[in-house]
Amino acid sequence: MQKLIVPKPKRLRKYSLIMLVAFMILGSAWFAGFNIIEVLVNLFKGGRLLGRMFFPPNFAYIPRIIDPMLETIQMALVGTFLGAIVALPTAVLAANNFIKTKWLHVPLRLILNVFRTIPAMVLASLFVAIFGLGAFSGVVALAIFTFGLISKLTFETIEAIDYGQVEALMSLGANKMNILRYAIMPQILPQYTSYTIYGFEVNIRAAAVLGWVGAGGIGQTLEYNLAWRQFDNVGTIIIFSFAIVLVIDLVSAAIRKRLV
Amino acid sequence: MDNILIKKEKNPLKTTLHTVYYIIVFGLIFWGFSGIEYKGIMQTAASSMRALWQGFVHPDLVYATNSTIDGLPYAILETIAIAISGTFVSAIISIPFALLASQNIVGQKVSKIGKLIVTMIRTFPELILALIFISVVGPGAPAGILALGIHSIGMLAKLFSESIESMDLGVKEALESCGGNYFEVLFRAVLPQVSPELISYTLYRFEINMRAASTLGLVGAGGIGAPLIFAIRSRSWPRAAIIIIVLIITVTIIDQISGRIRKKLV
Repeated sequence: MQKLIVPKPKRLRKYSLIMLVAFMILGSAWFAGFNIIEVLVNLFKGGRLLGRMFFPPNFAYIPRIIDPMLETIQMALVGTFLGAIVALPTAVLAANNFIKTKWLHVPLRLILNVFRTIPAMVLASLFVAIFGLGAFSGVVALAIFTFGLISKLTFETIEAIDYGQVEALMSLGANKMNILRYAIMPQILPQYTSYTIYGFEVNIRAAAVLGWVGAGGIGQTLEYNLAWRQFDNVGTIIIFSFAIVLVIDLVSAAIRKRLV
Repeated sequence: MDNILIKKEKNPLKTTLHTVYYIIVFGLIFWGFSGIEYKGIMQTAASSMRALWQGFVHPDLVYATNSTIDGLPYAILETIAIAISGTFVSAIISIPFALLASQNIVGQKVSKIGKLIVTMIRTFPELILALIFISVVGPGAPAGILALGIHSIGMLAKLFSESIESMDLGVKEALESCGGNYFEVLFRAVLPQVSPELISYTLYRFEINMRAASTLGLVGAGGIGAPLIFAIRSRSWPRAAIIIIVLIITVTIIDQISGRIRKKLV
């Protein structure tokens, strides 16, 4: 009878890999001072504070946070719009199948990568230093961040299009603009719209906290209340903004599902 | 010759609907612009831009090579440590949530509830989570780890449950028909099959958490964010510049490494 059970491959490599990963995880937990017992003890002590925030939150405060919340939504709308408008032509230039010279898309991608690496909060605090406190700095930060995000997603989509349509147009003697208009755009527009809506979702979440560095929106109200230790108001702000963000997320996810 | 051109069919209802959509979208954008007050660029803007540029040209190299606890290397390492620990915590907690949200494990009704819970976790901004944890466990890296650990569940559990839902059910059924109990099925059939994807998603989330960990410090939850915000607030641009440069380089390197590993895995 043939041997049915195949001998297992050597485990040394696998085990050394597991050891390495375990070492990295434990090492980083130690380095960051993460002590589970201490955390649990503090958690029980700090539980009282949570009680003051959420049981019960101060619902009478809601009328006063509607305006900052609206400002947050406006910031996200404008930031997404500006970022998305600039992102479309940039994505076309950064894709390697439309303009085929390396000299354009390699540096462009590098810049896009750098933009995506800097978190929106850091951008916002830089712009607050330049443009001053207020929603405008937040909008500029969101626009730049969205620009990096949407450009990257869109140029990847452009590179994955069905190239047959481009070739069909080329064989008819169409110029670059015609190819862009009739072969590339129709294929990527649904995705591009979907990415823009996704960017809006991300921006709403980002805009809700940008106020922490003074860039407008509900975050500013939150910081103010935390500084004055008005924890019941803090609870209200958190619950209220969470509800708004959740509703926007669910709506936009439904729209995106229908688009693509 | 036949008419080759085929006229697009136009549906009046659809056209009106599209017009309404466009009006709504542009109305929203106009409303948005109306709310953003443009106070003009500050008079000091030009000089602070120049100072910022000077900072990027002459970054604070002394700070970058300062290997004590106040130096840049320590802060970067702490940021990476927060990202690794936070990702690990969330990957572990995500598995039960993912099982709860997969319809081929717990059935249609329960999975809908599970999915809703996961969506709710995903929506909660991580900085606010960090603020809550700071007020509960005190400022420092543990608050950041907890915030990342909880927030990442939202995305990881969703991705995990998607890969569990698309897995081959034959192995699971084979084990069940041999009389395997729930945990045997879980550890011998479900997890081994999806584990490459699970690890790949976890690495991807680690890349995202690296970026997130660098902002957590802005609110006091450890990492590079705190020295960065101090440098920006005190307008010491050379220091802010070196922090941003090192941050970009670190994140890019980690992205590259983890991207390579992910390509090999799946």
